[in-house]
Amino acid sequence: MTAVSKLLRRSEAAVLAILIVVMIVIGVINPAFWQADNLFNLLRANVVIGIMALSVLTVMISGGIDVSFPAFAVAAMYLTVIAMNAAGYQGVVLPFIGATLIGLVCGLANAFFIHTFRMIPLIVTLGSASVVRGLLLGLVGTSIINIDRMPPSLIAFGSSTVDIGGSKLSLMLFIYIGIALLMWLFLTRTMAGRAVFAYGDDAESAKRVGFNTRRTVYLVYGLAGALAGFAGLLHSSMIWLANPRDFVGYELDVIAAVVLGGASIFGGRGSVFGTILGVFMLTLIKNSLIIMHIDNTWQGVVVGCVIVIATALTAWRDRKALV
Amino acid sequence: MKARSMNKFTDFRRFINRDNNIVQLLIITAVIFLAMSALEPHKFLRYYNFESISFIFPELGIVAIAMMLAMLTGGIDLSVIGIANLAGILAGVYFTRLYPAAPDAGMTAELLRVVAGVILALGVGLIAGTLNGLLIAKVKITPILATLGTGQIFTGFCMVLTGGPAIVGFPAWWGFIGNGKIFGIAVPLILFLAVAVAIAIMLTRTPFGLNLFLIGTNPRAAIFAGLRTDRMVLYSYMLSGTLAALAGIVLSGRTNAAKSDYGTSYLLQAVLISVLGGTNPAGGKGTVLGVSIAVIALMLLASGFQMMRFSNHLIDFIWGGFLLLVMVINVLRNRGK
Repeated sequence: MTAVSKLLRRSEAAVLAILIVVMIVIGVINPAFWQADNLFNLLRANVVIGIMALSVLTVMISGGIDVSFPAFAVAAMYLTVIAMNAAGYQGVVLPFIGATLIGLVCGLANAFFIHTFRMIPLIVTLGSASVVRGLLLGLVGTSIINIDRMPPSLIAFGSSTVDIGGSKLSLMLFIYIGIALLMWLFLTRTMAGRAVFAYGDDAESAKRVGFNTRRTVYLVYGLAGALAGFAGLLHSSMIWLANPRDFVGYELDVIAAVVLGGASIFGGRGSVFGTILGVFMLTLIKNSLIIMHIDNTWQGVVVGCVIVIATALTAWRDRKALV
Repeated sequence: MKARSMNKFTDFRRFINRDNNIVQLLIITAVIFLAMSALEPHKFLRYYNFESISFIFPELGIVAIAMMLAMLTGGIDLSVIGIANLAGILAGVYFTRLYPAAPDAGMTAELLRVVAGVILALGVGLIAGTLNGLLIAKVKITPILATLGTGQIFTGFCMVLTGGPAIVGFPAWWGFIGNGKIFGIAVPLILFLAVAVAIAIMLTRTPFGLNLFLIGTNPRAAIFAGLRTDRMVLYSYMLSGTLAALAGIVLSGRTNAAKSDYGTSYLLQAVLISVLGGTNPAGGKGTVLGVSIAVIALMLLASGFQMMRFSNHLIDFIWGGFLLLVMVINVLRNRGK
C-alpha cells in the first residue's frame, strides 16, 4: 500500500497520467492518431530532442541551466559533415565520435568559465552559444549542405528502419533508448552520478562531505556538450541535410520537456524516466496540433502555455523549498 | 580652506570607489572610440555615423534597462523581445485591420489614432509584464522559466496574428516616433533619455527603488524586515514589460514594420549590456548610468566593426566573447577586494 502511494506521489506518475489522458483526447478527436505510422513518426521525433533533454537534465540536476547546447549541436554537425565531405570519408562511427568530441570540448569550455570564475550558468551559456554560432556562421559558412552533398553513409545510417507490422520504425529510437539507459545507470548507480545530485542539492555540503565539485562541474557540462554534439549529427543524418542555422529555439523546447518531466531548476531533483515522458509529452503536443485540426501557427502559444503550467505545478510542488 | 579641499578629495575618492564600475566603463568606451577612430577615421568620425547611432541604440538601451530592472531582484526577463514584438504587431493590427486611416482624415484624427495605438501597445506591455510578475511573485515560478514560457506565448501570439510575414503600413506619425527629429535631435534618443532619467530617479530617490535593491541583496532579510516583496517584484516586472513595449514601438516605428522574429539577437545583447553596465545578475546591484554607457560603448563597437566589413555573424561572436570577458573581469576584480 505504501509502495503504491509512494509511486503515485512521484511526479512521473502524474506526467504519465496526464500523457495518457492527452493521448486519449487526441485519439477521440482524430482516430488516425492511433495508426502505427503516426505513432512511429512520433517516436522518431523524440530521438534528437530526447538526447538533448538528457544532456540538459544532467545540467539541471546539478543546479545549473544550459542554453548553449543547440549551438554546440549545430557546430558539431556542420563541422563534421564538412570534414567528411572534404576528406571524402564514408563511415559512421568515426564521424559520430568526432561530433561528440567537438561537443565535449565546447561543454568543457562552459565548465571552465562556470567553475573557475563562479559565473552564473545562464549568462555563460548565453555567451558561449553566441560565440560558437557567430564563429560557425562567420568563419565556416552559411550555406546549407543539401541531400545531394550529404555523405551517403550518414543518410543510410539515419534512415535505417525495422519493419513492424508493415510500418517502419526508425532504428535511431534504439540509440535514444540505449543512451537513456546509460544515463540512468550513470545517474543512479555510480558515485559520479550521485555527486551530480549532491552538488545540485547543496554545493557546499557536497564539497564538505568530500565530493570533488570541480570534477562534477566539468563532468556535467562536458557530458552535456558531448551529448549535444552527438544529437546534432544524428539529427542531420535523419533529415538528410546540414543547416548551419539549425536548432534555433530548441533550448526552449528541451528545457520545457525536462521541466515537464519533473526536474527542478533549483537542482537535486530529476529523473531519466520523467525526462523521457516530458519529451514525449512535448513532441506529442507539437506534432498533434495538425491532427487535432488546429492551425500550426498556434504551436508557440500552446508550447508556451505548457511550459508555464508545468513550471507552475513544479513550483507548487517545491513551494516549501522557497522562502 | 584646507578642510574643504580635504573634503573634496575624499568626495572624489568616494566617487571613484563607489563608481569604480562607471570609471571602468568610461575607459572601455574611450578605448573603443579611439580604436575605431584610428582604424576607420573617414567613416567613423562623420556626423552621419553618430546620428544614425542615436536612432538605433535607444530601442536596445530601453530593453537593456528593462532587463536591469528584472535583474535587480535577482531575476531575469527573457520575454522582453516577445513583449516588444507583440506590442508592435498589435499596434500594426490596430492600424491596418481594426481602424485603418480614413481617406480624408485630418491631422488631428491621424494623431489621435497614433496616440491610441501607443496606449494600446503600452497597455499590452503592462498586461504582459503583470502576467510575468504574477507568475514570479505569486505562483513562485523561477524567473528564468516563467519568462521563457511567457516569451514563447507572446512570440506565439505574434505568429498567430501575422501568420509569419511582417506587418507593414504604419501611419506617418508612428514612423515619427522611430525616425523623427525634434530640434535636430532624434526622437528615439529623447525617449531613451526620458526613460533613463525617470528610472534613475525612481531607483535612487523613491522607496520602491530602495526596496528593489534590498530584495535583490537579500530576499529573506527583506521579508523579515517587513517589505512587501511580492508586490515590489510584481511592480518591477510590470515596469519591465511596459518598457519592452516602448522599445517595440520605437523599433516598429523606425523600421515601419512589425514581425514575430524581429530583434531576436537583442535578447543576448540586452543581457550583455545590463551585465556590462555593472548590473549583478544575482540581484542588488545596477545603475541606469552604467547601462546607458554600456549600450553606447557596444553601439560604437558594432558600428566600427560594420564599417570594417565584418559580417554580422562575427559581430555576434564578438558580443558573446565580450560578455564572457566582462564577467571574468568583474569576478577577478571583486576577488581582489
